Amino acid sequence: MLFEGTVFELNRIILIRILATLVLVTLFWIAASRARLVPNRGQNVAEMALDFVRVNIAEDIIGKDTARRFVPLLTTIFFAVLAANITGVVPGLNIASSSLIGFPLVMAVISFVAFIVVGVKAHGAVGYLRTTLFPSGVPWPVYIILTPIELISTFILRPATLTIRLLVNMVAGHLLLVLCFGATHYLFFEAAGALKAVGAVTLAAGFAFTLFEIFIAALQAYIFTLLSAVYISISQESH
Amino acid sequence: MDVTGITGNIATIGFGLAALGPGIGLGIMVAKTQEATARQPEVAGLLRTNMFIALAAIEALGLIGFAAGFVF
Repeated sequence: MLFEGTVFELNRIILIRILATLVLVTLFWIAASRARLVPNRGQNVAEMALDFVRVNIAEDIIGKDTARRFVPLLTTIFFAVLAANITGVVPGLNIASSSLIGFPLVMAVISFVAFIVVGVKAHGAVGYLRTTLFPSGVPWPVYIILTPIELISTFILRPATLTIRLLVNMVAGHLLLVLCFGATHYLFFEAAGALKAVGAVTLAAGFAFTLFEIFIAALQAYIFTLLSAVYISISQESH
Repeated sequence: MDVTGITGNIATIGFGLAALGPGIGLGIMVAKTQEATARQPEVAGLLRTNMFIALAAIEALGLIGFAAGFVF
């Protein structure tokens, strides 16, 4: 812990968050300041990453005409979550900075506020509540069951599952890696005789799970952004 | 083996039970997406996107099982 006892108290995860943010900002600053009409290799990679969010997430889900307004928000969410997740496999950092509830919660609240604001802007406050809680096209007795379900699923379960999904994925991934490498350490240095050989298996599993964690980090960033886009698109469309 | 002699907390196998349903669900979802892609390869992109949205919903169930172990 740095600066213990003051208001600037920092633990390891906060330090990693600050570091990940700095790296992310620096990378994009470099990519943006050297932008040319004819891109070089680094700019190509940056453009591919930005284009992935713009085309594969925003335009595919929200629709080509209206997606433009939401591209900055979705891009920010995607790269912030990705940067926070990927620190879990960076040697020396070794823990995803999204594995404390603060980061996923803030991201989920941003997405929550975004889709409510979009809905209210598109239909008005009363109109948004009506299209969300009383979807048209069903006979009225169904509303007795449907309205509470819609209320809970839209305003409680959506942000809650966004938070829990990201948080638990990262915690579980960290535990898996700790188990694999902890077991390797124990088997190599403290186990007797032939058991030492099993350590090779857990070491290989540790490397395999590290690759798996890279995949999960990217997948979770993708899913988080995808769901934000889906929620925005649902509250935008009229019933 | 005397089954009644086993002692311990039900939470020990709780996550195993919680993972059963989402596991079956994920299997069915991926299999159906594969089938649909094989029938109509031209909509593979849309099917994959929808698969990821469904994956997020199914995955949440398993993950709530994991989180519940820490909460209760």
